[in-house]
Amino acid sequence: MNGAVKSSRERVLERIRKANLKAAAPQESIPRDYDRTSSQTVDRTLALFEERLRDYDARIFAVRREEIAAKAAEILNAGNRRRIAVPAGLPAAWRAAGVEWIIDETANHELSFDVLNDVDGVMTAATAGVAVSGSIVLQHGPTEGRRVLTLLPDYHLCVIEAGQVVETLPEAFARLDPTRPVTFFSGPSATADIEMTRIKGVHGPRFLDVLLIQD
Amino acid sequence: MRIALFITCYNDTLFPRTGQSVVRVLERLGHTVEFPLEQTCCGQMHFNTGYRREAYPLAKRFVETFADAEAVCIPSSSCVAMIREYYPALAHENKDAEMAAGVQRMLPRVFEFSELLVDRLGVTDVGAYFPHRVTYHASCHGLRSLHLGDKPLQLLRAVRGLELVPLENVEQCCGFGGTFAVKNADVSAAMLTEKTRAVLNTRAEVCTACDNSCLMHMQGMLHRQFAGVRTLHIAEVLAGAEDAPA
Amino acid sequence: MSPRAGQLVQLNPKTAPPFPEAAKADLRDTQLRRNVARATDTIQRKRGALVAEKTDWQALRDAGAAIRHEALANLDRYLLQFEESFQAAGGTVHWAANAAEANRIVLGILRERDAREVIKIKSMTTAEIGLNEFLEQHNVAAYETDLAELILQLGKDQPSHIVVPALHKNRQQVRDIFARTMGLPELSDDPEALTAAARQYLREKFLRVKTAICGANFLIAETGAVTIVESEGNGRMCLTLPETLIAVVGIEKVIPRFADLEVLLQTLPRSATGERMNPYNSIWSGVVPGDGPKDMHVVLLDNGRTRVLRDAIGRQTLQCIRCGACQNACPVYRQSGGHAYGSVYAGPIGAILTPQLEDMRHAQSLPFASSLCGACYEVCPVKINIPEVLVHLRSRVVDRGRRKLSSLFDQERAGMMMMAAIFANRRRYEAAQRLARTGQSTIHHGDAWYHWLPGMAGRWTETRDLAPLPQQTFREWWQQRGQQ
Repeated sequence: MNGAVKSSRERVLERIRKANLKAAAPQESIPRDYDRTSSQTVDRTLALFEERLRDYDARIFAVRREEIAAKAAEILNAGNRRRIAVPAGLPAAWRAAGVEWIIDETANHELSFDVLNDVDGVMTAATAGVAVSGSIVLQHGPTEGRRVLTLLPDYHLCVIEAGQVVETLPEAFARLDPTRPVTFFSGPSATADIEMTRIKGVHGPRFLDVLLIQD
Repeated sequence: MRIALFITCYNDTLFPRTGQSVVRVLERLGHTVEFPLEQTCCGQMHFNTGYRREAYPLAKRFVETFADAEAVCIPSSSCVAMIREYYPALAHENKDAEMAAGVQRMLPRVFEFSELLVDRLGVTDVGAYFPHRVTYHASCHGLRSLHLGDKPLQLLRAVRGLELVPLENVEQCCGFGGTFAVKNADVSAAMLTEKTRAVLNTRAEVCTACDNSCLMHMQGMLHRQFAGVRTLHIAEVLAGAEDAPA
Repeated sequence: MSPRAGQLVQLNPKTAPPFPEAAKADLRDTQLRRNVARATDTIQRKRGALVAEKTDWQALRDAGAAIRHEALANLDRYLLQFEESFQAAGGTVHWAANAAEANRIVLGILRERDAREVIKIKSMTTAEIGLNEFLEQHNVAAYETDLAELILQLGKDQPSHIVVPALHKNRQQVRDIFARTMGLPELSDDPEALTAAARQYLREKFLRVKTAICGANFLIAETGAVTIVESEGNGRMCLTLPETLIAVVGIEKVIPRFADLEVLLQTLPRSATGERMNPYNSIWSGVVPGDGPKDMHVVLLDNGRTRVLRDAIGRQTLQCIRCGACQNACPVYRQSGGHAYGSVYAGPIGAILTPQLEDMRHAQSLPFASSLCGACYEVCPVKINIPEVLVHLRSRVVDRGRRKLSSLFDQERAGMMMMAAIFANRRRYEAAQRLARTGQSTIHHGDAWYHWLPGMAGRWTETRDLAPLPQQTFREWWQQRGQQ
């Protein structure tokens, strides 16, 4: 008789094994007959992306790469947004004069929550866009910044390349690095908890503008 | 062809006119109806109430009774669902290889009444006459287990004189659910009230369906309310003729 | 005003009243019934439109069911893979055999960090184990940050729906709760104003409280990642701002691969809220350097799940991804609301999960709280055959009853045995038919319908009439016809 007490880990694993031995049905392979590629042209995909973003009251502007800084400055000024946080890796060429850029340096020079709570918005790049759902995907690399950067400010200006936009979710997943963190944004936060009336902007940015780089 | 009729225990006892109507329609179409007298019950009531053990011999009895039938016609979609969905499992659980084989042989030959007409006999016009305003309720088993689709509606649309009106929320359960109607009588009545409201909104005189269980439930409240609406199994509508009003 | 209003609803399956009794009271709450019908109609309508648009919907369901099936069939392997990957990324994995142990583990982590308050993301798993109450008993304040959970917490109430937990409350009730507890006597009942009040009330907590507790929608074995699917952004707040994050997660939540999310993140939002995608999804593994909590824990919870796994028919229950579509489709839930199920898990999934987690000792009325209409199975994104499990659990309840002496006196059992004997034999069956008619003729004459019947049959006649037995059965007519 073994005097050692089994850990919960061992007990749970043992229960699982016994249960599966007794009751598991044979496993067939997973049928993946769902749509995994695009059925649309690139133009239709981009048009769909734009349409879905507009459904969320997001604005989207097509620009050429060299126009990014100017367009960003124009949008920010028009919205009276003067102090904008940016990740350290955001290309300097995107940061026009006339806006106060507050850089979120890495390690020990990062912006405090109070500062982030106080800025007028944040500007980042993106990893992917999903047209069907109007979703933007970040993986929080140097041009996208740590996750709190796109959480506390009330406004997000997101720069995404046309080549990063795909039609379907499986196509997006094919492009993601599974080892990095992922955040999907699909419209501003919303609640329907009070009488099923959908209210936007509970927490997280309530306003989104997208610059779509089309060269 | 020769068609064996499984009338079902509750139709046999409570709705004999439904069985008579099935016979009339099939004979009108030139077929011969057989009625194996050994039949009793498919076992659904016991099975669904948790008396699974007691359902097994009844299921086995059904398979044996109809083993030689060319086609089995059943004017009750819940009984057909029981046979299709759970007879194989009952045979398997009771390690009854003979019954399992019998079930497999029999399954392709078992039909709910509207399935028999449309799929097996290939007819939608059965020569019926029924000059009334009618609405159709889609019984849950017919809808979700048998996927009857619009077969019953195809049959009803071919009936001369029949004015068909759609039922709102047609797919919503009437609240019968077998012993549920009694064990959860209050919720069942609440569900039936919604169904009743939908039926009354159609201003139909007759509500029809493929299952007398639903119709019995619905008629129960319509009758209580003196609503001036009656329920009638689809077989009885289809049996209607100028000289034999339903 | 419902007879149950004002009483604190306890969602404890061990003590909750049987479903028929609880439902009877809640059926009289007109506000609840209206809210439930409206909420479920809204989501069903939106869901229906999106499913119609998604031409590969059935293929997604097939894939989703297979993914969840595979995860359960290899659960030990995938949990170990998750543990290894998560810990390699700097996280800590704990294993809890039951609710009490999970609560102790969480409290232990909090005590080590001297945490007296925590912010929480809505988690049915933490509700299942009664974590908030446990923490309160040990002087730790747990603040709910989902708007619905906030409403329920401040109003001292319980959830009634998986996805829209406070749907039984109207705006005036919410206003009253907020005005009282947030000190905002001038607050209007406009939903925008209510939401803004909640936003402000919670932001203070998000920025201050250093420890958070959450659940998880999925755990990914391949990458050791936690996945949180949410609408309001409070999830993102809780998983990026604090220093310590503890996720309490049922062992069944694991999925094999990162790419499997491409299926489930298509079916879950459409099923849960009728959206192509919910506002925020967060996926991350362990500790992300320089980004978010430095101290990341996952507590894996059994609490009866391995018992469910042992049942060949019942185990499919664990495939559930908590979308709530079954509740929205259920015509029973539509009338009764969620509280009548006496468990944090309500509706069709609650009817099969709760009794199984309790080893069929409690919540025995739940498998019978269904008309077996099948609407739930039709909408389930991972194809759980809920009617099949309900019927199976009914036989487990009956079989438990068979072993007891009291079954000898059980009316239903006696009736069922008698009917089984009658159906087993043609002569007996025909004799029973004749006997029933004879019996009827002693108490009833003519064609008039019954308005009242004694005993169990009386439950029918409370609200419905019943036609008398016809004078001739079908088989009598048939045999007579044959003699002509």
